[in-house]
Amino acid sequence: MSAVTSTFSVPGLHCAGCISKLEGGLARVDGVIGARVNFTKRRVAIAHAAELDDERLRDAIGRIGFPAERLLADDEGRTAPENRELGRALGIAGFAAMNIMLLSVSVWSGAEGATRDMFHWLSALIALPTVVYAGRPFYRSAWSALRHGRTNMDVPITIGVSLACAVSLYETITHGPHAYFDGAVMLLFFLLAGRFLDGVMRARAEDGVAALQRQRAPRGLVVSADGKSEWRDADELAPGMQLMGAAGEAFAADGTVVEGSSSVDRALVTGEGAPESVGPGAAVLAGTINLAAPLKIKVSAAGEATAIAGIARLMEAAGGAKSRYVRLADRAARFYAPAVHLIALLAFTGWMVAGAGVHQAVLIAVAVLIITCPCALGLAVPVAQVVAAGALMRRGILIRDGAGLERLAEADMALMDKTGTLTLGRPLLLDLGGLLPEEVLVALALARASRHPLARALATALDGGVAADVIDLEETPGLGLTATYRGVQVVLGRIDIGTGDPAESLTNHHALTTAFRLGDGPVRLIRFEDALRPGAAAAVVQLTALGLEPTIVSGDLGRRVDRLAETLGVTGFGGLTPQDKLDLIQSRQAAGRRVLMIGDGLNDGPALSAAHVSMAPSSASDVGQNSADLIFLGESLAALPIAIVAARKTMRVVRQNFAMAIGYNALAVPVAIAGLATPLVAALAMSLSSLIVVGNSLRLRSAAG
Amino acid sequence: MTGLAILIPAALVLGLLGLAAFLWAMHSGQYDDLDGAAQRILIESDGEEDQ
Repeated sequence: MSAVTSTFSVPGLHCAGCISKLEGGLARVDGVIGARVNFTKRRVAIAHAAELDDERLRDAIGRIGFPAERLLADDEGRTAPENRELGRALGIAGFAAMNIMLLSVSVWSGAEGATRDMFHWLSALIALPTVVYAGRPFYRSAWSALRHGRTNMDVPITIGVSLACAVSLYETITHGPHAYFDGAVMLLFFLLAGRFLDGVMRARAEDGVAALQRQRAPRGLVVSADGKSEWRDADELAPGMQLMGAAGEAFAADGTVVEGSSSVDRALVTGEGAPESVGPGAAVLAGTINLAAPLKIKVSAAGEATAIAGIARLMEAAGGAKSRYVRLADRAARFYAPAVHLIALLAFTGWMVAGAGVHQAVLIAVAVLIITCPCALGLAVPVAQVVAAGALMRRGILIRDGAGLERLAEADMALMDKTGTLTLGRPLLLDLGGLLPEEVLVALALARASRHPLARALATALDGGVAADVIDLEETPGLGLTATYRGVQVVLGRIDIGTGDPAESLTNHHALTTAFRLGDGPVRLIRFEDALRPGAAAAVVQLTALGLEPTIVSGDLGRRVDRLAETLGVTGFGGLTPQDKLDLIQSRQAAGRRVLMIGDGLNDGPALSAAHVSMAPSSASDVGQNSADLIFLGESLAALPIAIVAARKTMRVVRQNFAMAIGYNALAVPVAIAGLATPLVAALAMSLSSLIVVGNSLRLRSAAG
Repeated sequence: MTGLAILIPAALVLGLLGLAAFLWAMHSGQYDDLDGAAQRILIESDGEEDQ
């Protein structure tokens, strides 16, 4: 028996009980050799016999009670290898910093002559390889910045560390008293800690997002002329092919219906709130979901020609603004790096003019560089952002990277999608239209038999009742359900299936209404609504209070949007195409506004990419999640104001940290220029300023309330 | 000075041991699932666990 390992994403894991239930349950499945849950990544790795295929494993996990998706073997995320390298560098720098400090303390406490020389040589022996190895992330980044004619925080770091090591080596060779090996290595250690935290935060968000995604490539069941059918990948489809679409599946290509009638949920693609009935001749779009019954469609556009591929192209074009965003730390570095180098140069020339030797002048210039190395600055941003991201994660808000938090703090305008973002994106029962108790039980029996969203909503709302006994149950896709109850015909669905009179098809005017009729009794209209997410009204009020002017932008019908906008007391625009949303955002941003876009669907993709910062619910389409900077779990919209308040608090702390780091420099630089900054003073000042910055950042642990 | 000749190598070797242990732990995936490790301690083992 040959064993293979398959990895599945299991987003539903949330406690120790889940881990043991899943691992124990899988161990009992035939052919499974072992299962190991990675709780951080919400994944399970299953070692199993090769005969057991993915479908059966997924079903096995499903039976244990968790929905799961297969992950590709090489799916490890972009940040994981980078973080491992940073982790190794951090470990080595930590080891070196501790040992060199041990030797330095001896020197500071009075070692002299041969002993001091030996300690300096030992320090050099430890420090030089460490600086070469652990400093690589900084050298790379500094080099790439310089090559593009820019400068960032890593440039002064690289210059400072290299110069300090070179001068210390010279001092060691010439039996000098001052070597800065401890300072250089400690600096690298602190900075690597900041960099590592930043990487950990990004990896966590990446895992969180990956666990939510449904990693299935779209496929279509192609029916050939001789009646045979076979599965083809979406990019192998071509216009003219006949495609079968099963109920519950998304179409793999655009097309027109040839056979069958059903209803189609277009919410993720167009933002329309209500399912639409389709019959022969109707057009369907790739990515929309067939709800009720199998449809045969003739492909009119596939692959790159589909409407959703067009949206993807719009997104690519729209994503430029975010990549041009320069992070706060790098903006600070633009002024900081030249200033520091200028001061060091001035100190050098000043002492030369004042008559000191080249040796002493260089030593002082290096002391200035070491003292001003942006150690606290390098920690100021990542530590604050990591602490805030941890606080937000506990409230169910994932942040893709620190830059997202910075941009969120700057947002001054909020555009929100309607279907699936402000609303739950699924119908909830509003009222039963005066259904009698007996009729309720009959309606429940009918509703339970259908996959139509309205029927499901009705069945969920009435759940717990004992359904009446009905016979001859039959579903006519796009029309509704019929059955016989105690010899009388009952119908649930479009009203004209009962009366045969299309003039009475009231329900067409309001797609979120269904009709029920028992025999010749009165027609009862059962109404549903696409309910607002919990906390939506409060969130809108809070966003207004935060000065973000919430505005609804939706692809749904204008009057539905207007009604919702009126309820919430905000402005709303309906009937917008993805291009319209994109244009709206770009025009506002051209006018100097910084737009926060909140959306979920494919149709929001370009807007989410173009906006200054974007958020999506975890129920969003893959496209929505991939282009959003922040993702909130759960149904409540309370996450929006929480995230914005936390982002603003974070940036306040970051600015405080900057102020403290610069204040520390203002005190320390004159000391260094005066030639009083011995390695001991430099080491003390550096550790102290870093501790203060970290301590201040830890206050953000409660940033998300 | 003879004391130093023993103590300094000893300190360095102990430090290197610590570093080697850290690198080994990282390489063998001990830091891959920190949240899981925190949760697993709550699982009551009834002998069925395979790992």
